Amino acid sequence: MALTDEFQALNKAFSGVGIDENSLISILGKWHPEERKSFRKETPHFFKQDERHFERWDDQHVKHLKHEFMRFKNAVVLWTMHSWERDARLVKEALKKGPQTYSVLVEIACTRSAEELLGARKAYHSLFDHSIEEDVAYHIDGPEGKLLVALVSAYRYEGPKVKDDTAKSEAKTLAHAIKNADKRNPIEDDEVIRILSTRSKPHLKEIYKHYQEISGHNIDEDLDDALRLKETVQCLCTPHTYFSQVLEISLRNGVDKSIKKGLTRVIVTRADADMKEIKEEYRNRYGVSLTEKIEATANGNYKDFLLTLAARGG
Amino acid sequence: MATLIASENFSPTEDAEVLRRSVEGWGTDEKAVISILAHRNAAQRYEIRLAYEELYHEDLIKRLESELSGDFEKAMYRWILDPTDRYAVLAHVAIKKSETDYNVIVEISSTLSPEELLAVRRAYQLRYKHSLEEDLAAHTTGDIRKLLVALVTTYRYDGSEINAKLANSEADILHDAIKDKAFNHEEVIRILSTRSKTQLMATFNRYRDDHGISISKNLLDAGADNFQKALHVVIRCLNDPKKYFEKVLRHAIKRTGTDEDALTRVIVTRAERDLKDIKEFYYKKNSVHLEHAVAKETSGDYKAFLVTLLGQEA
Repeated sequence: MALTDEFQALNKAFSGVGIDENSLISILGKWHPEERKSFRKETPHFFKQDERHFERWDDQHVKHLKHEFMRFKNAVVLWTMHSWERDARLVKEALKKGPQTYSVLVEIACTRSAEELLGARKAYHSLFDHSIEEDVAYHIDGPEGKLLVALVSAYRYEGPKVKDDTAKSEAKTLAHAIKNADKRNPIEDDEVIRILSTRSKPHLKEIYKHYQEISGHNIDEDLDDALRLKETVQCLCTPHTYFSQVLEISLRNGVDKSIKKGLTRVIVTRADADMKEIKEEYRNRYGVSLTEKIEATANGNYKDFLLTLAARGG
Repeated sequence: MATLIASENFSPTEDAEVLRRSVEGWGTDEKAVISILAHRNAAQRYEIRLAYEELYHEDLIKRLESELSGDFEKAMYRWILDPTDRYAVLAHVAIKKSETDYNVIVEISSTLSPEELLAVRRAYQLRYKHSLEEDLAAHTTGDIRKLLVALVTTYRYDGSEINAKLANSEADILHDAIKDKAFNHEEVIRILSTRSKTQLMATFNRYRDDHGISISKNLLDAGADNFQKALHVVIRCLNDPKKYFEKVLRHAIKRTGTDEDALTRVIVTRAERDLKDIKEFYYKKNSVHLEHAVAKETSGDYKAFLVTLLGQEA
């Protein structure tokens, strides 16, 4: 390979999500000191010229590299875990990281089955000597806190039985609350919280249908100004759409660290569940296959691991 | 300690046969029914139901429901159910009353262990095809709803870890909330419904040490709307269930016109748990034995049944 090709390859090996270990071994491993020096001189975003005449690694980039090298390890550890421990640790991390990761709380509370959520709560007891609801209530104030506590505490009925007239009237209640959003944020409406946090998923899907008839829109479209509620409704009623969106954002260039983690989280947590449907939804929405996108964006062992997991759905 | 005197030589088939003879033909031999069922623990009663079903292809419970009547029938129906099923039925009855009997809901959610409460929620779903919280939320409003739903959906950490600093700060929060009659309901609900029982005991002790008065006495003085009354019940149930049950019994009996529902509920639900301790406490407080008080205010088969459950030999 010509030197510039190799530089480019190495550049790519160090960029994107995950690290292309093989390139590093085959290229970097065989370079002599002069070739490595050239590399350092030609990559100002990795190396800065120091006043004492040597090329010095940019500290930030080394930190960044650490995260990227760890991506594979994190994915493997998360994958091997019992799903209860996995969800409990994801909840704890989301609570620690703060408001920008609270959507993970909604995700876990609303896309898991009643027994899976229960399992996560048990594991949380063992791992952290607290209940999930205790920590969520303590760390998150106001109406958002109330919604999240309620979602995380739910043990929803999972049978198919749905009362149609109740669903209709509850759809009206929601439509009314959303229409008056300028007077009061729907998340502060007790009835909205009651319906979303206690009703069964089949019942909510029925409400979703009736809402569509009443307002002419899908309920999540009308909740653009109430992000938590939007996520809640999506996770409860259209999880595949929700997950495909999380994946798409996580695969964009230059996004936040915590958003990038969505890629690992969704693939690892859904590989045995509804990966097939998520891939279909992703292709329908974005016109490209998820596997192609991962192939193009991720590197090395991390990429191979993700692709292996994602292929499980068939 | 339990008051139930369960037989040691036990044959479910023999019992099923005796029960069959006592319900066949004209009228029912209630004494025989009592002499068997009131001397069988939950596991034994379950086996008897199975044996009866196998021998006679009929549900023993349904048969008894049709043969017995009045307060005796209600009591026997509740007694013969599996304990978790029983609590589910009691909860449902309490919810469906024209004004939800919140005491029963608080009692159930605060005196059971986290695992037992979970089992009740499952039993409720099986029976009524709704989740407990869904029905409860739909039949209550305002702060009472928030408190009750939080209490039934919580899955408290059941370990012995205590955070003393937290106990201190939360004792203060509770004290301030009670003092300013403008209750900070949210914080009170958060603390009482999410913290573990050991953490709450530490908090209540701290409360008494810092403010010289127990939190439940303080609440009593503070006033008497439904929400405050419910809080009072929560605290008493968490603090010392046997004292709480003694009070329920005392009121149920002393009231002009005995409250049979409450009397039945306490005796039937505690006979296999701690009715003996409750009895001892009752005697201490009222200088009369519970069996005598019950015998004075009730009659017939209902009386005979209760008194047998209370441990009185026939």
